[in-house]
Amino acid sequence: MENILEFFLLHREAIFIVILSIFLGIEVISHVPAILHTPLMSGANAIHGVVIIGAIIVMGHAETTGSLILGFLAVVLGTLNVIGGFVVTDRMLEMFKKKK
Amino acid sequence: MDQLSQPNIGISILEITYIIASVLFIFGLKMLSHPLTARRGNSMAAVGMGLAIIATILFHHKDGKPITNIGLILTAIGIGSIIGWVIARRVKMTAMPQLVSFFNGMGGAAAALISMMEFPHVSPELIAKSGMANGHVLAILLGLMIGTISWAGSMIAFGKLDGWIGDMRIKAMKYVNLTILAVLIGFIVFIMTRHVQTSSELTPVIYIMFFVAVIYGVLFVMPIGGADMPVVISLLNSFTGVAAAMGGFLYNNQVMLTGGILVGSAGTILTILMCRAMNRSLLNVIVGVFGGGGQANLAIAGSVKEISIADAAVLLSYSKKVVIVPGYGLAVAQAQHICHELDKLLEEKGVEVKYAIHPVAGRMPGHMNVLLAEADVPYEQLIESDEINPDLPNTDVLVVIGANDVVNPAAEDDPSSPIYGMPIIKARDAKNIIVMKRGMGKGYAAIENMLFFNDKTRMLFGDAKSTLQNLVNEVKSL
Repeated sequence: MENILEFFLLHREAIFIVILSIFLGIEVISHVPAILHTPLMSGANAIHGVVIIGAIIVMGHAETTGSLILGFLAVVLGTLNVIGGFVVTDRMLEMFKKKK
Repeated sequence: MDQLSQPNIGISILEITYIIASVLFIFGLKMLSHPLTARRGNSMAAVGMGLAIIATILFHHKDGKPITNIGLILTAIGIGSIIGWVIARRVKMTAMPQLVSFFNGMGGAAAALISMMEFPHVSPELIAKSGMANGHVLAILLGLMIGTISWAGSMIAFGKLDGWIGDMRIKAMKYVNLTILAVLIGFIVFIMTRHVQTSSELTPVIYIMFFVAVIYGVLFVMPIGGADMPVVISLLNSFTGVAAAMGGFLYNNQVMLTGGILVGSAGTILTILMCRAMNRSLLNVIVGVFGGGGQANLAIAGSVKEISIADAAVLLSYSKKVVIVPGYGLAVAQAQHICHELDKLLEEKGVEVKYAIHPVAGRMPGHMNVLLAEADVPYEQLIESDEINPDLPNTDVLVVIGANDVVNPAAEDDPSSPIYGMPIIKARDAKNIIVMKRGMGKGYAAIENMLFFNDKTRMLFGDAKSTLQNLVNEVKSL
C-alpha cells in the first residue's frame, strides 16, 4: 500500500498527463468519418514515432560500443517510423485534395 | 552567464519546445479527422516532431551531461530518413496497409531497444531504496513487452497483407496465447520481486523475456484472418503508442508521454470503431477463430449464371441508376482508374453512377476511398453503405467489383454464419446485380456467398482491370 502511494506521489505529473491525454485522444478521434480512418491511423502511426526522442537520449548517453550500436539502430528505426509515417499519410491525403 | 545557468536555459527551451510539439500533435490529430484540414494536420504534427527532435539533440541533459555522439545520431537520422522516404514514396497505393504496419513495427522495435538498453542502468540508489518493484523498472519492462509484441505482430501483419504468410487457424491457439501472455506477466512479476544490488544482474532474464514476447507477437497475429488485419494494425498501432509513452515515463519526458498516450487512446478508439463497423467485439477479433466455425448450412439453391461483356454493356448503358460496390479485387487489379473511366462514360450517357463504400471493404477502413480518390472519383459520388441501402431497391444495376463478404446476405439470413450480424451492402435489393470476380473463390471469411446464386445475379469472370477495360470498349462502341 505504501509503495503504491509513493509511486503515485513520485509520478503524479506523469499520471496526470496520461489521464488527460487518454481523454484528449478519445475526444479528438470520436467524430472521424470512415473515409479518414486509414489516413488517421497512418498519421497516428507517425506520431508515436516520438519514441525516437528516447532513442536519441539513449544514444546520446551511450558509453559502450554495444549500446552505441543498439542506440544507432533504435534511432534509425525510429526515424523510419517518423518519416515513413508522415510521408505515407501525406501521400494518401494528397489524393483527397484533388476532389472537386 | 555562469556555467550552472547555461543548461537551465537550454532545459527551459527544451521544455517549451516539448509543450509546443505536444500542442501540434493534438491539433494535428484533430485536423486529421476532417477531410478539408487533414493534410495540414499531418504537416503540423510533422513540424511538432521535427521541433522535438532538434530541441532534444541541442538541449537535452541527463544528469547534467548533454547529448553526445551527435554526428552519429545525425547519420542514423539521415539513414532512416532516406530509407523511410524512399519506401513511403515508391510503394503502390494498394500496399498502403502493409506499409503502415511496417512503419508501426519499426516504432515498436525502437521502443523495445530503448528498454533493453535502459534496463541495466536503473540507478542502484533507487534499487536500494525501493527494490526492483518501482515505476522505473515497470516502465522499462512494459515498454519492452509492448514494443516487442507490436514489432513482431506488425511484421506478421505486414507479411500476411503482402501475401507471403498465410493464416494459421487452430482452435487451441487462444489457450496457447493466453498461456504465453501469463508467462510474460510472470516475467515482470519475477523481475520486480528479485532482491539485487544492480539491475544488470537480471539482464539475461530480460533477453529471455524479449524472445517470449516475440513469440507472443507472432502467435497473436497468426490466427487472425486477413479481413481482420485492419483492426489488428490499428490495435498494434495503439500498442506502439503505449510503448512510446513508457519511454516518456522513463525519461520524465512529456512529449513522449503525450504523443504516446494520445496515439494509444486514439488508436484504441479507432480500433473499436472499426470493430463496430463489422459488428464484432474486439475480443472476438482477437481470440475468435474467424471463418473457421459455423459453416453455412444453407443449401445452394439455383446456379451461377454468367453474362457476356456485350450484354453487360447494354444493361449498364440503358439503366438510370447504377451503383458500384468496390472491394479488394479492385485494389489488387489496380482497376480504380479504368473503373472511373467506366463511370464517366455512363454518366455521359445520362446514367447516375454512385459508389457504395462499405466501411471495411478492402484491407483497411477507408481503403476504397483512398483508392478511388487516387483515380479522381469525386468525393460526392462515394456513399457509405448505411446511406445507400434504402436506395438500392430503385437501383437498376449494382456492380460488385471484387467484393465478397461485404455483400454477402448470409450476414442477415444465416445465424450460424461467422459474419452474421455484420452490416452489409444489401446488394440483393437491386434490380440487377453484376458480379465481377476472378473465379468462384470465397472471400476472406471463407464462406459461400448466396448472392452469386441469386436469380438476379449475373457473373463476369476475370481480372477486374481487363474486364472493366473490355466493358469500357464495349460501352464506347454502343
